[in-house]
Amino acid sequence: MMRSLLTLLAALTLWAAPATSQQGGPLRLEITEGVIEPMPVAVPDFVADTPAAQEFARNIARVIAADLTGTGLFREIPAEAHISRITSFESPVQFADWRAINAQAMVTGAVNVDGAGRVVVRFRIYDVFAGQELGQGQQLVGQRDGWRRIAHKVADQVYARITGEGGYFDSRVVFVSESGPKNQRAKRLAIMDYDGANIQFLTDAASIVLAPRFSPTGDRVLYTSYETGFPRIYVLDVASVGRRALPTLDGTMAFAPRFSPDGRTVLYSLTQGGNTDLYSMDIGSGASTRLTTAPSIETAPSYSPDGRQIVFESDRSGTPQLYIMSASGGEARRISFGEGRYGTPVWSPRGDLVAFTKQSKGRFHIGVMRVDGSEERLLTASFLDEGPTWAPNGRVIMFTRETQGAQGEARLYSVDITGRNLRQVATPGGASDPSWGPLQN
Amino acid sequence: MTYLSKTMILVAGLALAACTNPNRFEDQAGAGLGGGGFGAGAGSVSDPTSPAYFQQAIGDRVLFAVDQSTLSPTAQATLDGQAGWLMTNRDFTAVIEGHADEQGTREYNLALGARRANAVQEYLVSRGVAGNRLRVVSFGKERPIEICSDESCYAKNRRAVTVLAAGLGS
Repeated sequence: MMRSLLTLLAALTLWAAPATSQQGGPLRLEITEGVIEPMPVAVPDFVADTPAAQEFARNIARVIAADLTGTGLFREIPAEAHISRITSFESPVQFADWRAINAQAMVTGAVNVDGAGRVVVRFRIYDVFAGQELGQGQQLVGQRDGWRRIAHKVADQVYARITGEGGYFDSRVVFVSESGPKNQRAKRLAIMDYDGANIQFLTDAASIVLAPRFSPTGDRVLYTSYETGFPRIYVLDVASVGRRALPTLDGTMAFAPRFSPDGRTVLYSLTQGGNTDLYSMDIGSGASTRLTTAPSIETAPSYSPDGRQIVFESDRSGTPQLYIMSASGGEARRISFGEGRYGTPVWSPRGDLVAFTKQSKGRFHIGVMRVDGSEERLLTASFLDEGPTWAPNGRVIMFTRETQGAQGEARLYSVDITGRNLRQVATPGGASDPSWGPLQN
Repeated sequence: MTYLSKTMILVAGLALAACTNPNRFEDQAGAGLGGGGFGAGAGSVSDPTSPAYFQQAIGDRVLFAVDQSTLSPTAQATLDGQAGWLMTNRDFTAVIEGHADEQGTREYNLALGARRANAVQEYLVSRGVAGNRLRVVSFGKERPIEICSDESCYAKNRRAVTVLAAGLGS
C-alpha cells in the first residue's frame, strides 16, 4: 500500500520533474496521453439507515466514484467484482475480501435522513492493504437538494488524504451557454457544478455575453455584455442574480475583466480611439486607473495570487505575446518567446505557473509555463482551444474547444497540468469561456 | 485622470438607471446582434438617398488582411463613396462595426475589430464626415457572416461594416 500511495504522489508531482526527454521536446509529451497506473479504489454503495435514505446512499457513492475516477488518478473496482458487501457502517471491514480484488483504497459510508428532512452522511476512508483508516471518519449534513455537494465534499476528503493535495470537486463553474448557428449564436451566462450538474442560467439570450469571471470567493461574477449595443462590464451577484454595469466612459468599449485576489479591484481592457489598454477599477468607488499607454493592444490581464503583479497579453512586439508588470503598471517584461502567438494568460492559484492559449502553425493549444517563461509545456492541441481557467487546487485546467467548419460547436474540456486526462465536461449544449470558482465552504 | 474618473462615475449613474428598466431586453433586442440600424434593403437601391443604395450600390463594408487594420486601395475607394453619401445625406448617423475571423482569441479579436472600426472612422472623418455622426464598436469573432473554417470565409469576416442609423436628434 505504501508503495502505491507513493506512486500516486509521484504522478501528481510529475510537473516538477519534466518527462520530456523521451519524447524529444515539450511540444509532444503534453498531447500524448501518458499512462500512469491509476489507484484501484472501491466505493461500495453507502448504507441506508432508513428507507428514505436509500436513493441518496446509492447516488452519493456514485458521485464520489465519478469524482475520483474523473481525475484519471483512480480506477474504480466495479460492484460486480466485490466479494464483501458493506451492510453495516459500524461492523469491522473484511480487509482480506477487498485485498483479494486489489482495492487499495476504499470509501464506506452511511446515510440517514433526519427528522428535519436533512441528509446526514457519515463516511470512512481506508487504506485496505494496511488494514486501517486514513484519517478520521466524518459526518456531513446538508439539505436534500444538496446531496451532490455532500458527495463532492467526501470525494475532496478522499483526494486530499490520498494525494496530500487540496481537492476541487465541491466547486462551481460559470460559463457561456451557446446555442444556434455560428453566425447567429445565442449566448447566455450559466453556472453549474464542476461536473456539469445543477446548471442554472443567469442571463437570457437577448445580448451577447462573454468571458464571465468568478470573484475569489465565488459570490460575484464579472462579465462583458452587449446589452447597450456596445461591450460593457457588468458585475452580477450570484445569490440574487442581480447585476449592475460598472462605470465606463461614453464612446469606449470595456471587456476582459478579472477580479483582484481580494475581490475589491477589477482589471480590464478599455478601448478608446481604436487603442486597447489595461485599466484597474476600484469596485467600491468606480474610480479607474490607467495601467498601460502603448499604442499596441493590451488585453486579457490576470493578477498574481498575491495581487502584486499582472500577467497580460500585448502585441507591442508585432504579435501577441505574454508580459508581466507590477499591479500598478509601469515597465513590463516579456515572458513568452516560443514560436507563435500567445494569449489569455491566467496566473495559477499556487503562483508558480501561467496557463495560456497558444496559436502556432494553424493549431491552438492550451499550455503552461513558469512565471519566468521557462519550461513551456503544451497540454492540448486542436483546431481551436482557448481560454484556460484553473481548478482551485491548481492541478487541472478547464478551457473552450471549438470544432471546425460551418457546424462547428464550442464545448468545455478539462486536462491536468501534466497534459493527461483530457475530458469533455458535460454540458447540455454548446459552452465556452469557463471560469472555475473556489472550493465552496 | 481626475477628470476621467468623474466622467466615468457620471456614466455609471446612467447605466444603473438603464439597468432598472424591466423591459431592457425587449428594448435592446437585436442591438447585440451586430445589426442595429436599418435592415438590408431599407428603401430602394435605385434611390440614391436610401440606405439600400448605401449598402448595395456604394458598399457598406471594407475587408482587411489577416491581423491588419490598414485600409487597402479598394477599401479606401469604398469609403470615399461612403463619405460622399454621408456628406449628402446628413440625416443619418452610423455605427461602424469591426469584426475579426475566428483565428484568434476572443479578447484579442475584440481589440483587433476595434482597430479596424477605428481605421474606418478616422478615414471617413478625414474625408469630411463629422466625427459626432460616427460611433464604433467591435464584435471580435462573435458575429461572422460566413461560417466555414477556411480563408474563403475568413476573408469576408475580417470586415468593418458601416451601419446606418437614424440621425442626430431624431
